[in-house]
Amino acid sequence: MAHIDYLLHLADNAVVLGQRNGEWCGHGPILEEDIAMANISLDLIGQARLLYQHVAALKNDGATEDALAYFRDAHEFRNYTLLELPHHGALVGYAVDNRDYAVTIVRNFLYSALMALLWEKLQTSKDDQLAAIAAKSLKEVRYHLRHSQDWLVRLGDGTEESHQRAQAALNHLMPYTQEFWSTSDFEAQAVHDGVGVDTTQLKADWDSLVQHALAEATLQLPSTEGFVTTGKQRVHSEHLSFMLNEMQSLARAHPQGVW
Amino acid sequence: MTHALHTAHTPTVDEVWAALDTLTDPEIPVVTLREMGILRDVRVAADGSMEVVITPTYSGCPAIEQMEDDVRATLQQLGVTARLVTQLAPAWTTDWMTPTARDKLRAYGIAPPAACGSASVNATGPSSIVIQFANKTVARDVVPCPRCGSHDTTETSHFGSTACKSLYKCLSCMEPFDYFKPY
Repeated sequence: MAHIDYLLHLADNAVVLGQRNGEWCGHGPILEEDIAMANISLDLIGQARLLYQHVAALKNDGATEDALAYFRDAHEFRNYTLLELPHHGALVGYAVDNRDYAVTIVRNFLYSALMALLWEKLQTSKDDQLAAIAAKSLKEVRYHLRHSQDWLVRLGDGTEESHQRAQAALNHLMPYTQEFWSTSDFEAQAVHDGVGVDTTQLKADWDSLVQHALAEATLQLPSTEGFVTTGKQRVHSEHLSFMLNEMQSLARAHPQGVW
Repeated sequence: MTHALHTAHTPTVDEVWAALDTLTDPEIPVVTLREMGILRDVRVAADGSMEVVITPTYSGCPAIEQMEDDVRATLQQLGVTARLVTQLAPAWTTDWMTPTARDKLRAYGIAPPAACGSASVNATGPSSIVIQFANKTVARDVVPCPRCGSHDTTETSHFGSTACKSLYKCLSCMEPFDYFKPY
C-alpha cells in the first residue's frame, strides 16, 4: 500500500541516518560535536518512532514500532541509499575505513536541506498524523540544517586539508542525491492521494540552497550524473545490511526483552 | 468485603488539575509540566471518562516517558481512571512557556528561549573576535546571561546537554550556561 510505503520511506530515512550519526557517540572530533551528533540522532530516531507508531496503527496487524525497526531486513527498508553509506569515501583494496567528519557533515547538509523543504510541505498532508509529525520535525531539521551548513562553511573555507576533505566528500555524495528526484510508484501514488509531496517540485529551492552554501564554503558543485541509486525501492548498497546487523542485534537476541 | 480504597468521591477536573500541577520536568525540576506547556488539558470526554492531554517536546526527548509515568502515578494516587492522550498537533512550542517558567529557568541558570521567529539582532563587539564552534557571521538572537544579565554572550555550540538546549558562554562573567532554544 502506497500510503504505508511512503511513511516507511520517511521513517527508514530517519532511523538509518540516526543510527549512522549515532556511530559518532563517544568518538566525535571534539566534545561539542560529539554531543551535537548525539542530539541530532535523538531527534531523527524520535521522528522515526512517531512514523513507525503511525504505520503500526494504520496496519493494525499487531506490528509494533520495534518490529518495524528491528525485525525487517535490508531488502524491506525504503531509505535513500545516501543515508546508509559509511562515514568515508569509496574504499579501494586495503584502504582503512577511518571515519571522516567531512562526509558526515556533507551528508547531513544535503539531506537536511531536502527535509527542511519536504517537512514544510508535508504539514498540509491529507494524513493528519503525518502533518502533525511534519510540523514537529520541521522545527528540528532547521537546527540540523543550521548546524551542518555552518560546519560545511567552516570546513570548506577552512584549512587546505579541511577544504580538500569537504570537496572529496561532496564529490563522493552528490551523485546519490539524484535519488531525491527520481520517481517511484509508491511516491507517485502518495502524491496523487494528497498524502505525499512531489519532491521534484522542491528541486529548484534545494539547488539554490546548496549552491548558496557551497559558494560561501568555497566549494565546487560536482557533477550529479551517473548511476541513480534505488534504496527507496528496497534495492540497497552493500552497507545497509552490515549497519542493520549492528542496530538490530540486541533486539533480535532478546526478542521478548523489555526495559 | 468492601475495598477501602474505593471512596465514594470521584475527584473533579479541578482537583486533578491541582494534583498534576505539582509535577515538574524530570530534567529541569524547577518548572512544572503545566508551566512548560507540556500538560495541555484535563477534560471529561464524550464517554464520561477523564482525559489528560500532554504534548511532547522534541521528537526524541527521552524525558517524555518519565513525564507520562509521573502523570499516571499521580492519577493512580488520586484514584482516578483517566486516559492519557498524547497530542502532537498543534506542535509544542517554547512560546507556550509561561512568564513564570521563564523566570524560574533564568534563576536556575538556563537562559529562557526568545520568541519563535523573533527578529534576530546580532551581538557585536568583543564576541565577534572569539573563536567559536558555531558560526559567528549569521545573525543570532541576543541571549542575556542568566547569571549577570550581560548581553555580551557567545554561542559555544548549537547543541548542549539536552536536545532542547544550546551551549553559551558569557564574556562578562566568563560563566558557561545553557540556552533553551526557541522551538
